[in-house]
Amino acid sequence: MLDQTSDDAFVAFDRVQKSYDGETLVVKDLNLRIGKGEFLTMLGPSGSGKTTCLMMLAGFETATHGDILLDGKPINNIPPHKRGIGMVFQNYALFPHMTVGENLAFPLEVRGLGKSEREEKVMGALDMVQMGEFAGRRPAQLSGGQQQRIALARALVFEPELVLMDEPLGALDKQLREHMQFEIKHLHERLGVTVVYVTHDQSEALTMSDRVAVFDDGRIQQLAPPDVLYEQPENAFVAQFIGENNKLNGTVTARADSTVTVDLPNGLTVDALAVNCGDVGAATTLSLRPERVFLDQSAPNRTTGHVQELIYLGDHIRCRMSVAGNDEFVVKVPNAAGHRHLKVGETTDVSWHTEDCRALDAS
Amino acid sequence: MTSATDDATGPVLAADGTPLKRSLNRALRRQKLRALMLVAPLLLFILITFILPIGDMLFRSVENQIVSETLPRTVVALEDWDETTGELPDEAVFAAFHEDMVIAADQKLHTRLGSRLNYEVSGMSSLFRKTGRRVDRMDTDQPFRDQFIDVDKDWGDVETWSAIKLFSPEYTPGYFLNSVDRTLTPDGIEKRPEDQRIYVSLFWRTMVLSFTITFSCLLLGYPVAFLLSNLPLRSSNLLMILVLLPFWTSLLVRTSAWKVLLQDQGVINNTLVAIGILSDDGRLALINNATGTIIAMTHILLPFMILPLFSVMKTIPPSYVRAAKSLGATDWTAFWRVYFPQTVPGIGAGAILVFILAIGYYITPELVGGTSGIFISNRIAYHISSSLNWGLAAALGSTLLALVLVLYWLYDKIVGIDNVKLG
Ligand SMILES: Nc1ncnc2c1ncn2[C@@H]1O[C@H](COP(=O)(O)OP(=O)(O)O)[C@@H](O)[C@H]1O
Ligand SMILES: [Mg+2]
Repeated sequence: MLDQTSDDAFVAFDRVQKSYDGETLVVKDLNLRIGKGEFLTMLGPSGSGKTTCLMMLAGFETATHGDILLDGKPINNIPPHKRGIGMVFQNYALFPHMTVGENLAFPLEVRGLGKSEREEKVMGALDMVQMGEFAGRRPAQLSGGQQQRIALARALVFEPELVLMDEPLGALDKQLREHMQFEIKHLHERLGVTVVYVTHDQSEALTMSDRVAVFDDGRIQQLAPPDVLYEQPENAFVAQFIGENNKLNGTVTARADSTVTVDLPNGLTVDALAVNCGDVGAATTLSLRPERVFLDQSAPNRTTGHVQELIYLGDHIRCRMSVAGNDEFVVKVPNAAGHRHLKVGETTDVSWHTEDCRALDAS
Repeated sequence: MTSATDDATGPVLAADGTPLKRSLNRALRRQKLRALMLVAPLLLFILITFILPIGDMLFRSVENQIVSETLPRTVVALEDWDETTGELPDEAVFAAFHEDMVIAADQKLHTRLGSRLNYEVSGMSSLFRKTGRRVDRMDTDQPFRDQFIDVDKDWGDVETWSAIKLFSPEYTPGYFLNSVDRTLTPDGIEKRPEDQRIYVSLFWRTMVLSFTITFSCLLLGYPVAFLLSNLPLRSSNLLMILVLLPFWTSLLVRTSAWKVLLQDQGVINNTLVAIGILSDDGRLALINNATGTIIAMTHILLPFMILPLFSVMKTIPPSYVRAAKSLGATDWTAFWRVYFPQTVPGIGAGAILVFILAIGYYITPELVGGTSGIFISNRIAYHISSSLNWGLAAALGSTLLALVLVLYWLYDKIVGIDNVKLG
């Protein structure tokens, strides 16, 4: 993966802050380095400042403090049209009074390209998104997915080295969205452009990205590749936001090198991986993925659970039970041959490995 | 399979066997009736206050029953007379005329007829008044022809009689010809004498000034509407109140205010003289001419341009201009190629609104227009309230209406009426 300390980052945010009203910081101390050709996703709940970051990079908002560097050069004073950054907007922003072909020719025209060269590039870009025969249509005559492709083609037709996408698939239905995720991913691989992608959909972020920056409250909570993000969340917010998570609140009672002993409210004592917790006496949140819980005594941390609800989901059965005073404790039982058949009201053994249970900050 | 072929040949039937179309209509009738009842008051109101007056105006512009009603026998008798021979009508006509005039003079209708004919041939009004006074005293045993010529030698003129004959039909194009500076003579349609031609140039001036006013409204209103739609809500609300403020002030007060500002010794001229831009005898003529009309009417009609523009601009998301810039367009290119084309429907709506209001405006040109800044509507008002020539007023009004419709049609051809959006 990319070396975060290297100085040849293609895009760099250096201690960037942003405030719209002079009272609250929407972006607080953002430091981010993006390598050339990387697919980086900004993931976070609505209002966490993702769009603001993207707009600062594109030049439509100015940073209140700090520098943004593109290819090593500060761009704070370069107007948007000179930055040469392709952009895909959430509502696509296809010009309604121009045909698809004219939309795509627009960036080439303002760059002063000749007519024949323009046509060639427009056709190339349209073919790239399999929309070759739609050049004469108006955007209003296209479906949402088709408009999405055109917006993508328009952002790429002038061959920018950096493309920004702000929730580009937000308006599409699930199936189309998943299809487009792969198409964008493949385009990125084929063209080698750097992509900064914004979404609030975690599965989208995990599917597409080289690295994901999880945003909350104007800060990057964790910046890591998808698998690391899921398996090794560094704080309670990330653990809760990415994937399904069981949360157990407790207090640290003992601390070894890499593990801690935690007392849970109902008297249970468990061991956990010390990731981001305080010293003895500090409150902590334990994070445990539902698929890492066993319904027997095979792992070292053992207790019992009382089955509250069973939901049949085909490939697995989602079992909500109360464990250590938490009624929302979820266990995923794979629908494999000879799996346990639980019943509501039943009490069952549960256990987990110490390294699957991460002691994080108290939330 | 068989039912499908049945459907294809016969009408579709409802469950009770009646044709589906008829039972659908029956089901919808009650609903339609109720809807009609709801709009009935407005429909009636529009019918009475809008459709009927316009119909009446169109009718009045060609209606000419006064001649045949006041002089029924004369009109019949004149049918046999051939004015091209150059000879006066025969005694029978004069006898019929005497009989008609006695009745008319008795009912005092002859002066009205005189005024009507005076629109076409000058001198008719006094001729009829004079004759009406003497017609009682004529000797019924003597030939009437000589007695009438005795009263006024114009009765011995073929022109007088051919004028009466020419305008004796119940409907006449005379008013319309008059409204375009033409007149009906026994020899066909002719141009009016040079010094009486005013309406064509007045129509032309009305159009030119209205175009100028529309254009200045657009020029001034576009940036304001742009500001309004892009400022934060709080400041845009304040600005909106300022835009609407003129609506809350009397039209008369605003127009009079312009008098104070624009007149020779007014605020603007005095200021310019005081700071030395103008010399004292080089004061600008800003009022009582076309300039005054343009300034005052642009001010009055500006909100009608700003509001449609604003409501259209409000619906254009900022992401379009941003997209254009991210694609490499400069501020100007982004505006001209991307933003402006999307405001065209608003421009269309505003321009039509302002132009149509301007073309029929009356009070402001009357007050600040002087002689070179008045509109056709001022002449219409004059004919309705002062000269009482309602037929001509109606013809001028109808011509104006026709002009507006032609322009509307042209607009539809060039810009397309679907391209007009009020929000
Ligand atoms: N133009 C603006 N003016 C004032 N506040 C804004 C503006 N744009 C965004 N904000 C505020 O900044 C915060 C972050 O917004 P945004 O960057 O759009 O978040 P996200 O894209 O993650 O949903 C929100 O609280 C939002 O209300
Ligand atoms: Mg956003």
